[in-house]
Amino acid sequence: MNTIEEIQNQIIEEFSMFDDWMNKYEYLIDLGKNLEPLKDGLKKDDFLIKGCQSRVWLVPKFENGRLFLSADSDAIITKGLASLIIRIFDDKTPEEIMNADVFFVEQIGLSQNLSPTRANGLASMIQSIKHYAEAFKTKN
Amino acid sequence: MFDLNKIRNDFPILKEKIYGKNLVYLDNAATTHKPQVVIDAIVEAYTKFNSNIHRGNHFLSEICTQKYEQARQIVQKYINAVSSKEIIFTKGATESINLVANSFASFLNKDDEVIVSAMEHHANLVPWHILSNNKGIKLKIIPMNSNFELDLTQFENLFTAKTKLVSVVHISNTLGTINPIEKIIKTAHSKAVPVLIDAAQSIQHKKIDVQKLNCDFLAFSGHKIYAETGIGVLYGKQSMLEKMSPYQGGGDMIKDVSYNSTEYADLPFKFEAGTSNYVGAYSLGKAIEYVENIGIENIELYEKELFEYAFDKLSKIEGIDIYAASKENRISSLSFNVKGVHHLDIGTMLDKFGIAIRTGTHCTQPLVNSFGQTGTVRASFAFYNTFEEIDFFIESLKKVIEMFK
Ligand SMILES: Cc1ncc(COP(=O)(O)O)c(C=O)c1O
Repeated sequence: MNTIEEIQNQIIEEFSMFDDWMNKYEYLIDLGKNLEPLKDGLKKDDFLIKGCQSRVWLVPKFENGRLFLSADSDAIITKGLASLIIRIFDDKTPEEIMNADVFFVEQIGLSQNLSPTRANGLASMIQSIKHYAEAFKTKN
Repeated sequence: MFDLNKIRNDFPILKEKIYGKNLVYLDNAATTHKPQVVIDAIVEAYTKFNSNIHRGNHFLSEICTQKYEQARQIVQKYINAVSSKEIIFTKGATESINLVANSFASFLNKDDEVIVSAMEHHANLVPWHILSNNKGIKLKIIPMNSNFELDLTQFENLFTAKTKLVSVVHISNTLGTINPIEKIIKTAHSKAVPVLIDAAQSIQHKKIDVQKLNCDFLAFSGHKIYAETGIGVLYGKQSMLEKMSPYQGGGDMIKDVSYNSTEYADLPFKFEAGTSNYVGAYSLGKAIEYVENIGIENIELYEKELFEYAFDKLSKIEGIDIYAASKENRISSLSFNVKGVHHLDIGTMLDKFGIAIRTGTHCTQPLVNSFGQTGTVRASFAFYNTFEEIDFFIESLKKVIEMFK
């Protein structure tokens, strides 16, 4: 099992193989297209992340002290980002998530483009996951 | 004379490179760029005559006050107001509308009605929502037909004995629809109801004559007509403004103050509390002079051509939905979606080609939701845009659509 830090480093390495932004975006779009869609029943307002221009649903599930995640969005690039976020945070403990330093965004060479994170929902997704982890920890 | 090369040279930002590519700026409805004369004016003000206005009795304060008041006269002439007392400087269209909502509120009682349209920017909705929460006034909405135009027959039916104000947008920032404000004003006046026009998207595209229109109020922002940000205008008929009480209190808007009471200054100062944005006002004067040198009619003609050129090219793209009024009633803002591709995805990728457009609800959420969308892609034009830029935009859009297939 890889740590949050290790997975981020893998993602950074994958993105470093593309030297221009167009290919990086094509990769992100592919990730978005390949992310398994949520079942319609799960696209509920309860799971909707507010404050993004695209709609993003993030569904947490706790099992054996670990957080499992699934997500969907009506925008493909946002979905691609969601798939990265899931890869990083899925199947981790609340402590790991709460203490995680998220650094991959600046280092995959898209941060200049992704910086209005409010619009694409990246910052909100990370914040929500940290909230879920915290809530879970205080409950248990 | 309309000399596009010269015009483009007047706007230094147009030479900027975005990700190493030429900037194609199609977000003019959000804000416009500044010609060198406006940029120079801002520098000149701080270099040559900066001093607080209406206060100091020293030389620079006197000069600065003169420049500020000259700017007021330039605005007055541009919109053909009867007197410069009718020109209130604000920080923008939003503050202008809030000023009216706040000062007009003293004439409004519970259950009184204000009519707005289905196309309003949040700036012309939320101030009235605040009044409805605080005072119990009611909002009535002029509906839009399937042609993205206001339904004037329905409009007439909205009036009751309780209708106190009509407040409508001249040109929709989302759809580019030009609303028939002449008719709207006539109808409202026939029922003795005053009218506020939100000219935030028309002042830079069309000749506005407040006497001919006979509107009671008109609001716009400087930054959308090539001036600095943080300056705007509220025009109000003198008779209206005289009846209204001030919106904010402070320095500059008083005649006489004791510890317990204030006698307000005359118009327009009554509505300009605190240190005004006199540099912004100066820049607005310069911007208007710049526009007048080119001629607002020439600007409108050229911008109409740009819109129709883009419209024709866009409508040939497969799967496109354009949200626009009939040909004679539209200009400047062109909204659309591509079936199966999210507007945010289109905007994100067009940006990578150096193309600045806006996506989302454009501060008109009820409007966009009313035609069943969560957002649109909006290209909005100014007279410094070119047909070549539109070609590049269309070609890039086609590539972007391909990426998401
Ligand atoms: C139609 C309309 N009204 C009002 C406004 C508000 O202008 P400002 O934000 O400059 O006050 C805008 C700006 O987007 C607008 O397009």
